[in-house]
Amino acid sequence: MNTDLIVDQLPYVAPFLFVDTVERIDDMGVEGNFTFRKELDFYRGHFKDNPVTPGVILTECCAQIGLVCLGIFLLNGSKGTPNLKIGLSSSQMEYYKPVMPGEKVKVVSKKIYYRFHKLKCDVRMYDSKESLVCKGILAGMLKRDVDE
Amino acid sequence: MGEETKFHILRDIIKVYLPEDLSVDAIVPTSNFLDELNINSAHLVDIVLDVEDAFDIQLENEDMDRMQTVNDALDIIAKKVQAKLT
Repeated sequence: MNTDLIVDQLPYVAPFLFVDTVERIDDMGVEGNFTFRKELDFYRGHFKDNPVTPGVILTECCAQIGLVCLGIFLLNGSKGTPNLKIGLSSSQMEYYKPVMPGEKVKVVSKKIYYRFHKLKCDVRMYDSKESLVCKGILAGMLKRDVDE
Repeated sequence: MGEETKFHILRDIIKVYLPEDLSVDAIVPTSNFLDELNINSAHLVDIVLDVEDAFDIQLENEDMDRMQTVNDALDIIAKKVQAKLT
């Protein structure tokens, strides 16, 4: 299956795109990755003289891979869904390890349910050594423009 | 199960999702979920899923679409529970 198509249909661009590739996707979940390049702008401010990836950005990365990529797939299979609108409705995350500039992370998301346009997932992020970086429960409401 | 009992079960489900500035007394049959109880659409889905478990019924997209007030929900619950018995 062409997972690049899913990434192409994400409603984000740099500097707020936090998905490089989707490795695997089906009705039950998704797995994808992203490399936090050293040049990313927020490292200049978080923290001063001590760059560490902000927790909110880790959450965003989990949401873009775990919720939005999966949502695009669930709405229209491998063909994906252009013009997806999504709103994050809840996030409950716990963080275990810092992610330093230049690190590549993997996000694994498992669908808890997708009903009445609400997608709720169990998400986990791992670093390149397969250590757990963060985990949590994310939920969002999905809509296509054509649904209106 | 009487109508009163159904309302009490539903009220107990809804109160979990109320914003903190609203008390459980705000939940009356005529309450509008989004406008009066300030429940967002994501929590409305949670309420529907809890209702399904509590009454052992299944709601469809069209039920969700017409569920504007507590009364609407009670009406849908009554019909689904009745359909299950017949």
